[in-house]
Amino acid sequence: MLELGVPFSDPTADGPTIQAAMTRALASGATLSGALALAAEVRRRFELPIVLFSYANPLISYGPERLSRETAEAGADALLVVDLPPEHAEVLRGPASARGLGWVGLVAPTTTPARRARVLAASSGFVYAVSLTGVTGAPLDPSDPALHAGLATLRGASSLPIVVGFGVRKAEDVRALAGHADGVVVGSALVEAGQRGPAALGELVKSLRGGTLRA
Amino acid sequence: MTAAPHSEDDNLPGGPPELLGEFGEFGGRYVAETLMPAVEELARAWPKAWADYTFVDEYRAILRDYVGRPTPLTEARRLPEAVGGGRIFLKREDLNHTGAHKINNCIGQVLLARRLGKTRIIAETGAGQHGVATATACAYFGMPCTVYMGAEDVSRQALNVVRMRLLGAEVRPVTSGSATLKDAINAALRDWVASVADTHYVIGSVMGPDPYPLMVRELQRVIGDEARAQILDRIGRLPDAAVACVGGGSNAMGLFAAFVPDADVKLFGVEATGEGLQGRHAATMAKGRIGVFHGMRSLVLQTDDGQLLEAHSISAGLDYPGIGPEHAHLHATGRARYLGISDREALAATELLARTEGIIPALETAHAIAALPAVIRELGPEAVVIVNVSGRGDKDMHTVMTHLDPATLTLIEEAERGRKAARAAHQAAAGHGGEEALIVDGHELRAEGKEEHERRSGSRDGCVRPGARGEPRRPGRLPDRVRPRSQRLARADLRRL
Repeated sequence: MLELGVPFSDPTADGPTIQAAMTRALASGATLSGALALAAEVRRRFELPIVLFSYANPLISYGPERLSRETAEAGADALLVVDLPPEHAEVLRGPASARGLGWVGLVAPTTTPARRARVLAASSGFVYAVSLTGVTGAPLDPSDPALHAGLATLRGASSLPIVVGFGVRKAEDVRALAGHADGVVVGSALVEAGQRGPAALGELVKSLRGGTLRA
Repeated sequence: MTAAPHSEDDNLPGGPPELLGEFGEFGGRYVAETLMPAVEELARAWPKAWADYTFVDEYRAILRDYVGRPTPLTEARRLPEAVGGGRIFLKREDLNHTGAHKINNCIGQVLLARRLGKTRIIAETGAGQHGVATATACAYFGMPCTVYMGAEDVSRQALNVVRMRLLGAEVRPVTSGSATLKDAINAALRDWVASVADTHYVIGSVMGPDPYPLMVRELQRVIGDEARAQILDRIGRLPDAAVACVGGGSNAMGLFAAFVPDADVKLFGVEATGEGLQGRHAATMAKGRIGVFHGMRSLVLQTDDGQLLEAHSISAGLDYPGIGPEHAHLHATGRARYLGISDREALAATELLARTEGIIPALETAHAIAALPAVIRELGPEAVVIVNVSGRGDKDMHTVMTHLDPATLTLIEEAERGRKAARAAHQAAAGHGGEEALIVDGHELRAEGKEEHERRSGSRDGCVRPGARGEPRRPGRLPDRVRPRSQRLARADLRRL
C-alpha cells in the first residue's frame, strides 16, 4: 500500500523528518494536483492501494467535491487527514464517500472508548492505529505490551483491517507488530532512506517486507 | 493526580459535536486524535471551574494582589486634540505586572492546569510577552515551564528571552518553517501531542481549538468588565466605541466581551497592514480566506493552494497569519469592524501617545491609537471612545531604535533623504539657516534639545545608528525637530511618516 503525502506548510502532527520533507516539497513546487498526477501515474503501473495523506487545509482549500472527483479519477482509494477528527470529518468524508473513496480514521493511545466508537463509525477501508503518544518518527517500543493490548482492544471493537504506524523504522519493528495488526505504516524511516538515494530506499522496503508474516 | 475523575462517557465533550465551541461558522477542534481527549477534558473542566466560586475567587484575588488589578481607566488629556476630538479613555493594561494584558490569561490557565492535576506548563511566544507572562505565572505557582519561540524571534527579542530564563523557564528556539510565532505554536502542539498526560498548553490568545478561544476570552474579559463599570461610574453612560488592536485578538476580545450585548457601542479591531496590503502584512481580515489552521476554522492568510503565508508586522504581537474565530464571527456578522494600520502609522502613533499623554505604548497598542482619527472622523468630535492600551512599550525600544532616525524620529531612509536635501539647500544658501531655527526655540529648549539629541542618537553609549552617520554633531546646531512639539501636535503627525 502507498501512503502518498500531500505537503502542508504547518504539519503539527508530524516529527522533524516529515516536516522537513514537506518543507522541501513545497519549496520545490509540490502541489495537490501534482500529487494526484503522481497517484494516477502509480496507478497506471501498479495494483497497490493508494491512500492520500494530508492535513485539512490544503484539501478543503482545493474544494471537497473537486478533490474527491479527481482523487477517484486518479485511481486512489482513500483519504487520511490527520487533523480532521470525526466531529469535523464530514466536510471531506461526505463527498469522498460519494465517490467511493475510503475514509481512514485514527485511533491514538489517548483515545477513550467512546471516542474510539465515534472514529470507527466514521471509518472505512481500514483504521489507523497510532502506536505512540507523540508525533511521527518518535521512538517506539514495538514490543510494548500496552501497545499490543491496545491493538487487541481495537481488534475487538472493529471488523475493519487495522494498520499500525508512528515510529516504525526497521524489519524487527515490523516483525514485533505483525501479529497484532493487519498492516504496518513506515514513513519517516523511508523518507530518510529516500534521501540517501533510490537504492537505499529499495533496500529498506525489501528489508521491511521481510518483517511481514506473508513475506 | 488531583484531577477530577475522567468520565468515560464523553459523548458530551462540552456539548454535542454540533456545539464544538463554534462561533457561527468559525471555531471547532481541528486537532490530531491524540490531542482530542485532552481538548475535550479542558472543554469539560473549564466551564465547571469558571462556575466554581473557589476557583474564580482565587483567580480574582491573584489579579488584585499580584497583577495589580483593577487597572485604571485614564482619560486622555491632550491626545484628543491630535486625533480630531472625542473624549478618549485609555484602559491601562500596560500597568499590569509584566506590562501587558497577557498575564490575566496566564494566571487563569495555570490555575486551571493545577486543578486538572497537570504538573508541567508549555507555551508559545512571538515577541516574548506571552512567554514572559506564562513564565511569571509558573514562577508564582512553582510549575516547570517550557516556552517555544521562533529562532528569528529569539534573536529579535533577546531581552525577553533573558526575562523568561530569569523567571526559571526553559526557552526552546524553533528553527522549523519560518522560525516565527506560527512555528512556535506548531512546536508547542507537537510537544503537547507527546506530553498531554501531564502537561497543559497555555495558548496565549483567543485562538486554537475549542475551548481555548472561549476560555481565553473569559479570562481576558476582566478588561472589558472593569472598563464598562469605570466608564459608567465616570460619565454615567456607555462609550460610543471600543477600540483595540488585533493579532490573535485576546486583548480586543477581552475588551469587546463586555460590550458585545450593548448594540450602541461600536467595536473596532485594528489589524496590522505592515508594509502595506500589496507588500508584507498581517491583515487577516482584509486579505484572509477561511481555512483550518492551529486547531480552528477561521480567516487565514494563505496561498491558493491552502499553504500558510508568513505574516509581517513591525509589532511581533500582531505578526500572525490567523485570527481568533470569534473575531472572524464578529466580522462576518458586522458586529465589529476591523481597520488596518501600517508599520509607519504605528511608529508615529507610538510617539504621539508618548508625547501627548506620557505613555509609551507597545507597538501593538500603537496600532489602536493610530486608528483613532478614523474612528473620531466617523463618530464625530463628541464621541466617547475607550481604547485598550494593551501593553507598555519598553520591549519595543530596540525596534523603535532600528526604525526611527534617532535625531529626527522619522523613518531612517526618509531622514537620510531629508538631510541630503537640507545639506544641498544649506550649501546653496552659503551658510545661512540652521542656527536661526534654534534661536526661535530659545535657549532653554536648546539645552534640553541637545541632551535629548545625544541620548537618542546614542552618542553616549557609543552606538552609531545608520541614520546618524555622516552628520557631524556640533554644539548649537541641532535638528529643528528636536523642539518640543507639544503645542502643535495634529493629525498631520499620524501622516507624517
